[in-house]
Amino acid sequence: MIIRKDRIAFNVIGYLLISFISILCLVPFIMVLTGSITSQESILRDGFRLFPKEVSYEAYTIIFKSPDMLVRSYIVSTLVTIVGAVMGLFFTAMTAYIITCKDFRYRDQISFYFYFTTIFGGGLVPWYILLVKYLHMKDNYVALVFPLLLNVIYILIMKSFMKSIPDAIAESARIDGAGDFMIFIKLILPLSKPALATIGLFIALNYWNDWYNAMLFIEKQEMYPLQYFLYQILSKVDFINQAAARSGVPVPLMPSEAVKLAMTVVATGPIIFLYPFVQKYFVKGITIGAVKG
Amino acid sequence: MIAVRKTGFLYEVKKHRVKFLMILPAIVYFFVMCYIPMAGIVLAFKKFTYSGGIFGSPWVGFENFNFFFMSGSAWNVTRNTILYNIAFIIINNSLQILTAILLSEIAGKYFKKFTQSVMFLPYFISWVVVGAFVYNLFNYEFGAINTLLKSIGLEPVDVYSNPGAWKFIIIAFSAWKWVGYGTVLYLAAIVSIDAEMFEAADIDGANIFQKILHITLPSITPTMVVLLLLSVGNIMKGDFQMFYQIVGNNGLVLDATDVIDTFVVRSLLQTQEFGMTAAAGFYQSIFSFFIIVSVNYIIKKINSDYALF
Repeated sequence: MIIRKDRIAFNVIGYLLISFISILCLVPFIMVLTGSITSQESILRDGFRLFPKEVSYEAYTIIFKSPDMLVRSYIVSTLVTIVGAVMGLFFTAMTAYIITCKDFRYRDQISFYFYFTTIFGGGLVPWYILLVKYLHMKDNYVALVFPLLLNVIYILIMKSFMKSIPDAIAESARIDGAGDFMIFIKLILPLSKPALATIGLFIALNYWNDWYNAMLFIEKQEMYPLQYFLYQILSKVDFINQAAARSGVPVPLMPSEAVKLAMTVVATGPIIFLYPFVQKYFVKGITIGAVKG
Repeated sequence: MIAVRKTGFLYEVKKHRVKFLMILPAIVYFFVMCYIPMAGIVLAFKKFTYSGGIFGSPWVGFENFNFFFMSGSAWNVTRNTILYNIAFIIINNSLQILTAILLSEIAGKYFKKFTQSVMFLPYFISWVVVGAFVYNLFNYEFGAINTLLKSIGLEPVDVYSNPGAWKFIIIAFSAWKWVGYGTVLYLAAIVSIDAEMFEAADIDGANIFQKILHITLPSITPTMVVLLLLSVGNIMKGDFQMFYQIVGNNGLVLDATDVIDTFVVRSLLQTQEFGMTAAAGFYQSIFSFFIIVSVNYIIKKINSDYALF
């Protein structure tokens, strides 16, 4: 095979540019990690740098000395994510299945009823008043689950997955006397496993990364999910002081800058750890969503 | 007595009652979360009192709108929302198309896999964590950018009192967060191009740049157009989470960074101006709706396969 000049030129440009963009994507992660293991004196004197001048694990020691708030927020986020993803996935799949049933006459109207919510909305204020005043969502864990439960786009992606399941499967079960719900549970769900994994992970990621609903509805500290707890640590001085008080470190000696970054590392860790295993499902979901539009 | 005809609605409900029951949760969900708030849009014309609620509060006509448009914020947040979105559309899509084309043509298999994973990583983290990154880089006293500037003998910059700098920071972080996501999208479009076209071009002696210009780019144009039109449909909507976490509650740079969505949340939670906030929301919803309907009309004219509804 002849190696052509244009290919070489292209590859040189390609490798350089892609490497450059990748490094830019990675640098903030590394900076936060190194910042979290830099001593307070070094941060105050030299600032944050890519490689730490004086390594110190003090920030992590302080976080794990009295980790009760952190552990609580971890538990809240984990439970909200599991409950939300399981319920959301179940209702997404069930709804998608019904609007793929050819003998269900109103499926187009109902699809449009769902779809219309993506092109017109009442805005934040009526929604907020409805949830707080009429549905009593203030300081209620339901407020962390309910708003992210169903998403029209996910229903549509699930529907396009389910369309590829042959009608004959459901038809033969129906002749054997199975009802619609049984067909859905026993046949459609097992056949949609790849779709369920994909959509389930999208929903789970939305719950895990959510802090917006906590900001709107949660005032009690012990009910904070992880991301909102992290936001409080990053933005409010008194949270750092509280952490100092709990761990017995005098406030002026508190390595507050490193603690902020160490908290960020602890809060981001699970996502980075799971990332290699789940990445392919997200790639698939995006690809199918794109085809569907 | 209503006679149940064999084709009527009641007959359908009876015949498919299990199906109706199965889809009922979703119908109720969207009714509560979307359709009731849609009716609540009348709040824009009312003076909200807590005891009166959404429907019992007294009417005030266009007072809320007067207040919103007189405050001077209306024009500022509208302009910011639209200009930021135009910048995101142009810069994010160009970058994503560039990386997708480069990744599709370069040779190293493991290099491709690894760099694509790295570029996709920012998509997975919350905006709170991005906020921590911004703090880490741009903090005046010990941010990494200033550390770097000082080490090469330059003056440190104080971005927190410099509105202009945030335009670049916000646009850069938007590109950073979405580059991997968009690359996946455009790569999917490139992979589905018929390989025979490239083979034919090879036989004709086309070089790689000619192939990109005459085969790859025209082939991904439909995807590009659809994504562009979808973004244009959302041009009146700002990503609250992004703006709020990157900029924070910094009053000094508000003129340059405030978009409709941050304005609405701030007015709702801090000043509790329900009526005026509802008016701003009404203005955004109606404006958005007309833009989406127009965009859809244009898509239908170009290629009805891509129409949204």
